[in-house]
Amino acid sequence: MRPTGEVEAVLVQILFYLFATLLVAGALGVITARNPVYSVLFLVFSFVNSAAIWLLVEAEFLAIVLVLVYVGAVMVLFLFVVMMLDINLAELKRGFTRFAWLGWLTALAVIVEIVGVIWQHGLGGVDVSRGFVSEPANYSNTLELGQVLYTRYAYPFELAAVLLVVAIVAAIALTLRRRPGQKVQDVSRQVAVRADERLRVVKVAAEKRP
Amino acid sequence: MITLADMLTLSGVLFALAVAGIFLNRKNVILLLMCVELLLLAANFNFIAFSRMLGDLTGQVFVFFVLTVAAAESAIGLAILVVLFRERRSINVEDLNTLKG
Amino acid sequence: MNPHLLIAIPLAPLIAAVIAGLFGNRIGRIASHTITIAGVALACALSLYVLKQLYWGGASEFNGPVYTWLVSDGVHIQVGFLIDRLTVLMMSVVTFVSLCVHVYTIGYMSDDPGYTRFFSYISLFTFAMLMLVMANNFMQLFFGWEAVGVVSYLLIGFWYTRPSAIFANMKAFIVNRVGDFGFVIGIAALFSFTHSLSYTSAFAAAPQLAQQTLPVFGGVNALTLICVCLFIGAMGKSAQVPLHVWLPDSMEGPTPISALIHAATMVTAGIFMVARMSPLFEHSDAALSFVLVIGATTAFFMGLLGVVNNDIKRVIAYSTLSQLGYMTAALGASAYSAAIYHLMTHAFFKALLFLAAGSVIIGMHHEQDMRKMGGLAKYMPITAITCWVGGLALVATPFFSGFYSKDAIIEAVGMTHRWGATYAYWCVLLGSFVTSLYTFRLLFMTFHGEERFRHTQAGHGHEAHGHDAHGGHGVHEPHESPWVVTLPLIALAIPSLLIGYFTVGKVLYGSYFGSAIEVLPSHDVIAHMAADYHGPIELALRGFLGAPFWLALAGLFTAWLFVLKRPDLADAAAVKFAWLKRILDQKFYFDWFNEQVIARLSRALGTGLWKAGDQTLIDGALVNGTAASVGWFGGVVRRVQSGYLYSYAFWIVIGLAALLGWFLVHA
Repeated sequence: MRPTGEVEAVLVQILFYLFATLLVAGALGVITARNPVYSVLFLVFSFVNSAAIWLLVEAEFLAIVLVLVYVGAVMVLFLFVVMMLDINLAELKRGFTRFAWLGWLTALAVIVEIVGVIWQHGLGGVDVSRGFVSEPANYSNTLELGQVLYTRYAYPFELAAVLLVVAIVAAIALTLRRRPGQKVQDVSRQVAVRADERLRVVKVAAEKRP
Repeated sequence: MITLADMLTLSGVLFALAVAGIFLNRKNVILLLMCVELLLLAANFNFIAFSRMLGDLTGQVFVFFVLTVAAAESAIGLAILVVLFRERRSINVEDLNTLKG
Repeated sequence: MNPHLLIAIPLAPLIAAVIAGLFGNRIGRIASHTITIAGVALACALSLYVLKQLYWGGASEFNGPVYTWLVSDGVHIQVGFLIDRLTVLMMSVVTFVSLCVHVYTIGYMSDDPGYTRFFSYISLFTFAMLMLVMANNFMQLFFGWEAVGVVSYLLIGFWYTRPSAIFANMKAFIVNRVGDFGFVIGIAALFSFTHSLSYTSAFAAAPQLAQQTLPVFGGVNALTLICVCLFIGAMGKSAQVPLHVWLPDSMEGPTPISALIHAATMVTAGIFMVARMSPLFEHSDAALSFVLVIGATTAFFMGLLGVVNNDIKRVIAYSTLSQLGYMTAALGASAYSAAIYHLMTHAFFKALLFLAAGSVIIGMHHEQDMRKMGGLAKYMPITAITCWVGGLALVATPFFSGFYSKDAIIEAVGMTHRWGATYAYWCVLLGSFVTSLYTFRLLFMTFHGEERFRHTQAGHGHEAHGHDAHGGHGVHEPHESPWVVTLPLIALAIPSLLIGYFTVGKVLYGSYFGSAIEVLPSHDVIAHMAADYHGPIELALRGFLGAPFWLALAGLFTAWLFVLKRPDLADAAAVKFAWLKRILDQKFYFDWFNEQVIARLSRALGTGLWKAGDQTLIDGALVNGTAASVGWFGGVVRRVQSGYLYSYAFWIVIGLAALLGWFLVHA
């Protein structure tokens, strides 16, 4: 049962601001945390909040994908790598503040500019103060998305699949290591083997029994 | 009610924070990768906001692809990172100055 | 007139030269000289045919392009011919003398290893000279001008293993460059006023140019500047003081070359050019005065040098200088037709004298020193007689061809009222004494008197003139030369003797040149003289009464006295006038001045420019300076390229922010 009318609107707004605050806090945590492990966890937190916001604007499928694929797979990968590598944190953090002022300055400039673009230029006639309108109750975001994805965007979708395969192959090929002395099978050589390479008939001179 | 401006501003703040993160964590490649993820997230916010506002699903499809590419990028980036660490015993960006002529 | 016929005239020698030059070794000597002689003979025959058509056949003159090489900014650079009576006269003389020299060369160069090369060169020279003469525009004139210069250079240094020949050809080339410098400036100045390279437009513009003033050197008349510059070119080519120094040294070349190039044809190119440009020169009195003074000076003072020289070819060379001075003086006196007329007669008798000298040199086994000759008339009668004919023509004996031309020049110079005319008149008048003196001295020392070669064999100049196929030592009996040598001598002796008598009335005093030479009525001295002309016999008889004749006779007597009768008097005079002899032996110190002052200053200037201009400014500041500043700038900018990944990321982000800001402000 969805709340209706004014109540719903206010509730959604409160939730949005809550998640937005948490998201910004998470992002701040990502960039300022001293330990990369914390950074990854902050990033996971940010992604979860983002998914929540996306749910609020009724992009349900992407919100789920973000949590399942991104948090579930990619972020775990990050965490795995960060923990696997023996990183000298002191060395990495040295000179942390050297370009900090530049970073904050650029960030400030970017915010000011984006806000300026949004409010001053009106984005080519789009009214930015418009609110998101709820879809009807029987609307399925996943269904709609699936319909365009498997029809209109079939080829790009398959390309994306190919891209992922390439990424998998590349990641494995990059990290594959041949240690000297490692015992490995060479299947092609096994298949190509011939009888005379395996079996040798040796004539031995008969020997008198002592 | 959430307005378009709210979403876009949130996206802009997220983007700016990611940019600042690049400056702050300039030595740590993993952090740099994470900042890139944040940048992409900020971009995705814009896509979703406009898609919903204009009633055009293409934006969400694009977010889908962005997520795919970002996943692939993360996988390869982390693989490179692992190889790098194996070679140098370090992921300090200051050690990676072989681009210098 | 058929242009194809005209094109054939210069092309025949060119094709022959190319065949003999490129394939000479393959086709052999006989084929080489046959083909070149055939080429030149064809050119000569065609030239004479054109002459006949123009003079007797009533054909009109030809003036037009035959081939356009390129058109740039409205300027046509093309091969074009201007064939009028002046041109065709020159063409006939050039090809006729060239033909004689070709035939003569068969004998003279018979034992030279460069036989085919030589034939190729002289044919090429004939082509170049014809291009020069036939030109109807300044570009082609300049082409021919430089082409004859190049061939002259090649031929003076024909025996390139001799250091003296190399020195002489370098000298000729460099001195001619000085003249060409003026020539090019003259052409360029003319072009800048008329914006055309054709003679026709230049001549048409002459009266206006005479009114214009150029803001150089405090304002000079435009036409005067152009004419003087053009004449400086002529001074180089026609060896006028002070650019004459190359001509005596050019005698290092083989004798046929001395006859063809350095007596009959190439050196007269300057004279021809000035006559061709008569419509320009006529409007500038100052330029004509300059021409007159230079010519008269050359005529007298260069003749004096011939008196003291002992090398038979060099004496004739100085004589050539002196005669070229006469022609130039005639040009300066507006007597262009007299100059061209003397050019023609001189071409015959001077070529004759050179070829005769060459015959003597062959007969004496490549000995050129007159002090080691004497009494040769007995051994080589044909050479002696023809040489006497040439000598008598040279000293302007009445009835000989030289008389009609040279007397006319002296008279014309005497009649003109231009600035410097009095000086010029005395120079050319006394010049006839000098001419006679060195001519008869040469004839007496070579063909008469004691047979000095019999007791000077020890000093036989094998080394100096090491081109002696006869070899051996002891007394060589002088001998007459083969027919290929004597035939051209006779062929040239006939016009030397007669051509003046038959042509003076038509060419000089008649209307032969017509509109080819333009003379303002107020300058026309020849017309005054023509009024007094009553046939060649009367003119010659009158010549016996004139001062030049008696001066020539005095020269004859002096030469006879000092050379044959009392040789001891000559030695006594040499001692008494040691200072004079010293000056003459040093050739008025021209060479000394050139080498010590001009050459040194040029070298100092060149070294200075090389050090300061080239090494310091161009190499140092411009070339290396550019590289250094680029390097410095790169050194500064490369700091941006730190090689750190994050710095590139920074720049990308900062650039993004800047772009966004720009978008915000402007879009």
